Amino acid sequence: MPRWPWLLLGLLLTLAVLAGLAAGPIALGPGELLRALLGGPSAEGQATMVVWSLRLPRLAAALLVGAALSAAGTAYQAMFRNPLVSPDILGASAGAGMGAALAILFGLPTLGIQGAAFAGGLTAVGLVTLVAGRVRRHDPVLVLVLAGIAIGTLFSAGISLAKVLADPTVQLPSITFWLLGGLSASSPADVGRAAPLVAAGLLPLLLLRHRVDLLTLADEEAAALGEDVSRLRFTLIVSATLVTGASVAIAGIVGWVGLVVPHAARLLVGPRFARSLPAALLLGAAFVAIADTLARSAAAIELPLGILTAFVGAPAFLWLLARGGRFS
Amino acid sequence: MNRRTFLAALAAFPGARLLAAADAGPRMRVFGSLPRPERVRRVFAAGPPAAVLAHVLSPERLIGWPMPLSPEARAFLAPAVRERPFLGRLSGRGSTIPLEKLLALEPDLILDTGTVDATYLSAAENVHERTGIPYVLVPGRLADSPWQLSEAGRLLGVPERGATLAREAERLLTEARGALRAGARGPRVYVARGPDGLETVKEGSLNAESLALAGGRSVADGPGGGVARVSFEQVAAWQPEVVLTQDAGFFASARSDDRWSRLPALRAGRLHLVPSLPFGWLDGPPGVNRLVGLPWLASRLHGSPLGKEEVERVRAFHARFYGFSPERATLERMLAGA
Repeated sequence: MPRWPWLLLGLLLTLAVLAGLAAGPIALGPGELLRALLGGPSAEGQATMVVWSLRLPRLAAALLVGAALSAAGTAYQAMFRNPLVSPDILGASAGAGMGAALAILFGLPTLGIQGAAFAGGLTAVGLVTLVAGRVRRHDPVLVLVLAGIAIGTLFSAGISLAKVLADPTVQLPSITFWLLGGLSASSPADVGRAAPLVAAGLLPLLLLRHRVDLLTLADEEAAALGEDVSRLRFTLIVSATLVTGASVAIAGIVGWVGLVVPHAARLLVGPRFARSLPAALLLGAAFVAIADTLARSAAAIELPLGILTAFVGAPAFLWLLARGGRFS
Repeated sequence: MNRRTFLAALAAFPGARLLAAADAGPRMRVFGSLPRPERVRRVFAAGPPAAVLAHVLSPERLIGWPMPLSPEARAFLAPAVRERPFLGRLSGRGSTIPLEKLLALEPDLILDTGTVDATYLSAAENVHERTGIPYVLVPGRLADSPWQLSEAGRLLGVPERGATLAREAERLLTEARGALRAGARGPRVYVARGPDGLETVKEGSLNAESLALAGGRSVADGPGGGVARVSFEQVAAWQPEVVLTQDAGFFASARSDDRWSRLPALRAGRLHLVPSLPFGWLDGPPGVNRLVGLPWLASRLHGSPLGKEEVERVRAFHARFYGFSPERATLERMLAGA
């Protein structure tokens, strides 16, 4: 296999990191930037604060969220043998959204909102797997998708109810902004809380990377090759939910990343999961870092990240679609 | 076509007349025939600002609240009004009260306030046509409060009370406008909203009206709606002189937060918690409730503390407008973070 896709991904990520460090409303020259970086977080001065407590945590959050959503999307697309699947297929985003909306409605502080969003995402996916585990007469993958749609709709209705009950001048904007996604509030503590959860979810995905492709076979064939399909599937769901839940908790709902990035990654390195997962991790991290840099520096006010990723992601997706032939 | 015929042709369009009317200042819009004021006994408030307006003018006529009231807010209201039920609001497709329930409540009048556009007017007309209940819109911004109070006072059959409150509102507005020396530029203010303080109101928006009246300028501006999300780096780049928040949770956390506490405004002790009981002083809802916040805001913005007099003035406002004055200690607690 050629090495150029990996070099390209590495270059893109480096550029994304450099742009994320250099851009922002407070102007810092390259020299100042470098001095602040080398000086460490405890040095004095505005540049240190800007770099270490504003830009770096936010950049780290963007890289984390991008990598997490892309990994979850890659895993789900392989598992469901369907290129249209995204990380919220099992209701994680709707569940997280409802948790956050309720937390805002009850006036909880930021940490409470994050916790409620994370718990909401886990609850939704937990319910879906519970339902799917009890239905045995149909194709298990189909039941998972349908249960995901139903539970997702239920939680979305819960979000709408919270919006109706919210105070229109004070709480409603907060709920709306949360649902649009964004990293403007990312603090070092947020990243510190989300990173172990994302790592805990990514680790099984990376360890199982050579076995996931077996899921593209029919269940009987995979079983004939000695694979416990339902256990592998369950592990993938738990891992993908963990990374999705953790990233949604700190970033809100950021759409399209988990759908588009896996496609682009497969286009670059081929369809094998063992190769497309690491490629998706790098590409997703770079994509969200660039989108977030635009979100915070294109205008004085923030452009919601979810809107930017959709603006970039949807045309890219159509382009991939038009090229045709190289999906799954 | 010369200029005169062009203008005449323009004026023939209904839309143009609407635009011209908007320029002439607020005017009342009525759908249905108004009952005689002495026959108006039950008033349904279409939204939170209208409920505050009806409450200050004639609490006995307000049949319920369009928004849920927190227990803390209830404690600041007269016992008779605080127990009125939560009914839901009328707001086009966002309405939370079914028209049938509205009919069953048998109001003599639906009162509404706020800014008015064609969408809003058609929704109001629709409610009137389907229920037969007269629908009155008394639009206007904060500066129009005196007019709103006297107009709505006449409608509700309490013209004297309307006139008294209108005079008081006028006095508060004039005083706030005079707080800033002529020609001077007011301080640059960041209004921190939301639990993380990173939502703000744009200069010139409905949500920043009291700020502008009291001689402050919001650091955020630009096109689009009133509330926007910003990054902390942008806040730091703006270097606001004063930070205001209506969120008690954010107020508590910001002073110990590593990033917020380093802002010059916070180091100078110029982070203020805007009181929000029983209704917000800055917005939430954007009604006549904001009048009480004007002297407070002017004193915080221009650094002229009111001292002991402040609690007395707030108490007097509550007594006059809400017909109930909370304990002095309660008000002092509310103003402690302010």
